[in-house]
Amino acid sequence: MSEVLLITGAAIEGGDRADLLIEDGRIAEVGSGLSRAGARVIDADGLIALPGLVDLHTHLREPGYEASETILTGTRAAAAGGYTAVFAMPNTSPVADVAGVVEQELALGEAAGYATVQPIGAVTVGQKGERLAELGAMADSRARVRVFSDDGFCVWDPLIMRRALEYVKAFDGVVAQHAQDPRLTEGAQMNEGVVSAELGLAGWPAVAEESIIARDVLLAEHVGSRLHVCHLSTAGSVDIIRWAKKRGIDVTAEVTPHHLLLTDELVRDYDARYKVNPPLRTAEDVEAVREGLADGTIDIVATDHAPHPSESKACEWQAAANGMVGLESALRVVHQSMVETGLLDWAGVARVMSKTPARIGRLDGHGTDLVAGAPAEVVLYDPSRGGEFGLEDLRGRSRNSPYLGRELPGSVRWTIHRGYVTLADGELVELGGTA
Amino acid sequence: MRHVLDTRTLGREDAIRILDVAEDMADTQSREVKKLPTLRGKTVVNLFFEDSTRTRISFEAAAKRLSADVINFAAKGSSVSKGESLQDTAQTLQAMGADAVVIRHGASGAPRTLATSGWIDAGVVNAGDGTHEHPTQALLDAFTMRKRRYGADSRGRDLAGFRVAIVGDILHSRVARSNVWLLHTLGAEVTLVAPPTLLPQDISLWPVTVRYDLDEAIAAGPDALMMLRIQLERMNAAYFPSEREYSRRWGLDPVRLAALPAGSIVMHPGPMNRGLEISAEAADSPRSTVLEQVKAGVSVRMAVLYLLLAGERTNAERTTEEER
Repeated sequence: MSEVLLITGAAIEGGDRADLLIEDGRIAEVGSGLSRAGARVIDADGLIALPGLVDLHTHLREPGYEASETILTGTRAAAAGGYTAVFAMPNTSPVADVAGVVEQELALGEAAGYATVQPIGAVTVGQKGERLAELGAMADSRARVRVFSDDGFCVWDPLIMRRALEYVKAFDGVVAQHAQDPRLTEGAQMNEGVVSAELGLAGWPAVAEESIIARDVLLAEHVGSRLHVCHLSTAGSVDIIRWAKKRGIDVTAEVTPHHLLLTDELVRDYDARYKVNPPLRTAEDVEAVREGLADGTIDIVATDHAPHPSESKACEWQAAANGMVGLESALRVVHQSMVETGLLDWAGVARVMSKTPARIGRLDGHGTDLVAGAPAEVVLYDPSRGGEFGLEDLRGRSRNSPYLGRELPGSVRWTIHRGYVTLADGELVELGGTA
Repeated sequence: MRHVLDTRTLGREDAIRILDVAEDMADTQSREVKKLPTLRGKTVVNLFFEDSTRTRISFEAAAKRLSADVINFAAKGSSVSKGESLQDTAQTLQAMGADAVVIRHGASGAPRTLATSGWIDAGVVNAGDGTHEHPTQALLDAFTMRKRRYGADSRGRDLAGFRVAIVGDILHSRVARSNVWLLHTLGAEVTLVAPPTLLPQDISLWPVTVRYDLDEAIAAGPDALMMLRIQLERMNAAYFPSEREYSRRWGLDPVRLAALPAGSIVMHPGPMNRGLEISAEAADSPRSTVLEQVKAGVSVRMAVLYLLLAGERTNAERTTEEER
């Protein structure tokens, strides 16, 4: 694992070309015409080098739902998508609401070796929204939890939310809210609007997201806490975050790749691959979240990678599970929706997919500039080598991708984590289960 | 036709063809021997995930009068957790050699999922899916309207200029959706009358006029007033305050019945809540087409099954199937 790597001619964050010498888990040198006897040379001519991607919102399903994904298979999918760190959401079984579970996840991530697994702790016991989980114990554990979320459920009770926001200040934590008013979304199946009216599917109105975000930014302002908004999906939510930031409220927000590209028009055939929570919205919403990401209102892209077994999708829409896998496709989707549209450059991509997510999650050793001395977390991306996204592109355990059969630009070629190669010219490296 | 899944995508030509074949079928139903040999050897499965005796027996009568073998399959539960999945049920029917599957399901879109999943080769007829569509109901309603207007001269005609007001719980009504699209396709003008809570939040793209006031709608002089069944559990979800208030504002009481212009008809898909959305006077009046609708249901379903199973297929359909 401790081989010396020499990456030649990579466009650093899409800009100037440089060679990167990687040794002992760090970038030893950056420059031109570098050479080192015995180094493994990676010809990066035509490739863009970005800091290894960091996903603040991943469902790895272990423990409890190993039929969908495991920490090993999920981090292999991560490596294939250019990720070197993933934050694992706590809706496992048991729920990650105690130190023991988050430490187990951490250990399984270390053993797998494909990416840093940073557990997220549940805000409330069992994600039931009633009592605070032992947030401090998780923060103090070996897993050093800093992000807390009941993702999948909204911390709906305003008093519990207030207390959670206040309490995590003690260890520089952040509450990542899944903003969904449960009463306004009872039985909800898809975005409420023109398409839901026609399809006869119960609507998930934008206001159910926006009203919670509005409440939460006001709570965060009142108690002087840090708030992170998960998978923001509507134009109105972008407006609220923009207002809150202008007001100086300490809020960050994420958008998923699918909300940057897909709309609720895709639901018309009742193909459950497009069923996700929050639901796919309208073209106007897609436009607004793209603009929000471009102007910094939305801070990051996070995948909400949510694996499900095929039987949970091969059924009637109403019975199908919410969620899409996204780790393997995220960078390509962002390329298409943000870079090809001229809304972001590659430095911007590095910011929203690596640097800022690491900072929000207080994760050291990731999301740093590709300079001498930085940790060797690197992805090499070929922007000119696009193609149809197919089953062979999926490297996790589940196949519920909305992009199958769709043309996407670009290709993730190499991923380097802690100085060793996890993805070599598009192929996963077999690490043998230990790093 | 390969499937009948909705009226949203049903073209004018196909719709009129179904209605015309239904006329032929209706003619055979006045004969002493009602049974035709047309679908002998074909198997029609009535796959009902929801109880609906009326719709099921209508399809059953239609299939039997065409001499098809009928299997009634009352499936319990609809989700993976509750029992057998839709996929396994479909594949079971495929293995048994079903030629057509008539499906009633509580989940919107289940018939389309069945038809497009590749689990089954049979033609699929949507007999009502969740709050989405109920295309044969709309077809039998159109048949009834056309018959009342044009009598024996109905064949080949559409409903151009016919004005229909649909009254009640539009939000949860598959009957309303199917009627909106089909009536529009056939040239009729549709007005929806409902409490604002029982309209979908955004129907700006629907080819309809919306009113909240039933008296105004009646004053506009519709050719047909279609009363939808109101479900009492809607009250508990705060869609309207009470049965009495609903009835007062949106029920067809004797005063409103009398205000209808001569020649207007009163329709109801059944089963009726007498005294709630429709008064006994209205239900039993000569304007009421409730029983004609039931009768038309058998003819229309015979036509649909005939066109699915015995009808010649168009070149386009053949090409599509070869490509599959």
